[in-house]
Amino acid sequence: MTVAADRVTTSLEAAPVPREPSPLAAWFSDGWITTRRNLIKIKRVPDVLVFTTLQPIMFVLLFSYVYSGSIQIPGSDYKEFIMAGIFAQTVVFGATWSGYATAQDIRDGIIDRFRTLPMRPSAVLVGRTNGDLLINSISMVVMILTGLVVGWRVRSSLLEGLAGVVLLLAFAYALSWVMVFIGLSVRSPEVINNVSFIVLFPLTFISNAFVPSENLPTPLRIFAEWNPVSALVLAARQLFGNVPPGMQVGDTWTMQNPVQAVLIGIAVLLAVFVPLSVWRFGRIGSRA
Amino acid sequence: MAFLEAEDLRVTYHPRKAPVVKALDGLSLDVPQGTVFGLLGPNGAGKSTTVKVLTTLIRADSGRARIDGIDVREDPEEIRRRIGVAGQYAAVDENLTALENLDMVGRLYHLSRTDSKRRAEELVALFDLGEAKSRPVKGFSGGMRRRIDLACALVISPAVLFLDEPTTGLDPRSRLGMWDVIESLASAGTTVLLTTQYLEEADRLADDIAVIDRGQVIARGTADELKARVGGRRIQLTLVSADDLPAAVAALQRVGTGAPDVSGDGRAASVTVAEGAPALAEVLAELARQGIELHDAGMQRPTLDDVFLRLTGHAAEDGEADETEGRKGS
Ligand SMILES: Nc1ncnc2c1ncn2[C@@H]1O[C@H](COP(=O)(O)OP(=O)(O)O)[C@@H](O)[C@H]1O
Ligand SMILES: [Mg+2]
Repeated sequence: MTVAADRVTTSLEAAPVPREPSPLAAWFSDGWITTRRNLIKIKRVPDVLVFTTLQPIMFVLLFSYVYSGSIQIPGSDYKEFIMAGIFAQTVVFGATWSGYATAQDIRDGIIDRFRTLPMRPSAVLVGRTNGDLLINSISMVVMILTGLVVGWRVRSSLLEGLAGVVLLLAFAYALSWVMVFIGLSVRSPEVINNVSFIVLFPLTFISNAFVPSENLPTPLRIFAEWNPVSALVLAARQLFGNVPPGMQVGDTWTMQNPVQAVLIGIAVLLAVFVPLSVWRFGRIGSRA
Repeated sequence: MAFLEAEDLRVTYHPRKAPVVKALDGLSLDVPQGTVFGLLGPNGAGKSTTVKVLTTLIRADSGRARIDGIDVREDPEEIRRRIGVAGQYAAVDENLTALENLDMVGRLYHLSRTDSKRRAEELVALFDLGEAKSRPVKGFSGGMRRRIDLACALVISPAVLFLDEPTTGLDPRSRLGMWDVIESLASAGTTVLLTTQYLEEADRLADDIAVIDRGQVIARGTADELKARVGGRRIQLTLVSADDLPAAVAALQRVGTGAPDVSGDGRAASVTVAEGAPALAEVLAELARQGIELHDAGMQRPTLDDVFLRLTGHAAEDGEADETEGRKGS
């Protein structure tokens, strides 16, 4: 590499001077730039996208053709029952990419680059969670289409159906912030996989996602009825008009008011984990 | 008041499951504008920690630091608008091309879309990054990444450019290239704070050097001043035949202030002496009397290695074995 001294001099003289945009403009610009970075990554490393679209298709097909013969839901078709569960399970797991990618960014050192630039710290994390939201939205569209092909129908109205989809994505988005916080706190990206496996597996499988909770043994039934994922699934199921008539959903407040419960859950997660993550982001360097 | 100044910085790390580390233990610096300042020290001396405090990556437990009168702790954002940083490990996005990396950095400095694009193109040309221009950084060599990283630090014309071990891990050719770039930047009037474990590097690039060890500045001055502190000269002999080595070492022993060093191939030996010229004359006379043939003989000022050994009681290269551990702890 040979760089002529005079070229460096001219180049530095010609270097642009940073502007000082208004805080709001800076925040939107920074958020967009970091989101764009994640979009480029999704494009360049399509594994994530392939995984997040193929897996839900497999799930939809598996549950609607393999299990629907053996699992009877009185007064309903298992396909209709299961779809909200598959959607919820997929977006909940989809939220873990944020944690993994955040931990990876720290390891790669790119976070240190961001932290020496005059950008809004929260923008990096917003860009991150936006990337998840996009991946989850794509999975969602793929699952809805596959579902419709195998015979799933929204029995309520289009508007309520959309509300169900938005609720699922919003919950996953809030969960992304939890995962970002974990990603900022762990030693290596691999830890994230373990954490998400240990926490998310019981949450999604000991729930009403794949079987009605009334059929579970008592301790598991109690867990399932308090489980936030159950509230999410039930909320989506209600909005889709897919709750089998006469099904015992459970007596807990969250099961009686699932939509409210999920909305409160989203608000609480965001209110706690957005500031917590931004705070953690500011002190990455000083940890062991 | 110096352009960049740090006063009594203290940083303690609290690793999980390990004793606390006093990484900076009352470190002070002052760097005049337009000069290259070298922070010289072995692995673990606190170089990166100093750079991290000055570049707002971590907060010192106590002490203060200012750049152009702006306090790094009180107004980190104002500092970030003015500095360029190339850390010890290239901080580039692997999935982006060189151009995309540079453009991203430009936009995060809040340059306009066109300014940022133009600057990215300029830097790609200036740093000879053509190859990586439109291919993701992933898959390029360490030297290339370092160049992209340095280019990222020069998207704006920084008031202070921080370079943390800019040549560690580079092959000799890339290292010379990096030195050229830093020298050009210096001659263009950029204020540079660079850290290094290489004494030769500080000697060549820095106007002013602070030798640091265990989080403290243990010596301060120009390369010449530091060398003068060790005093005396070094006499060096290269023999035609390795068989004569014992006789040569014996001759050096007699005039030297310490034990002679023998270098790798067994044909060269050197020793530090108080008075250069008479000692050299004496050694040459002695070897001539014994009929020993010399390839080369000379007198040298001490190297910074000697300085380091003298100041700290241990060699500068002590920690270098750890180098590959690298990223994990950073
Ligand atoms: N994040 C960290 N956690 C715990 N100890 C650290 C951390 N970073 C550095 N250290 C320790 O602090 C000391 C100074 O480190 P550093 O500033 O990286 O030195 P240098 O850059 O000169 O090699 C070393 O003993 C190092 O092990
Ligand atoms: Mg270091």
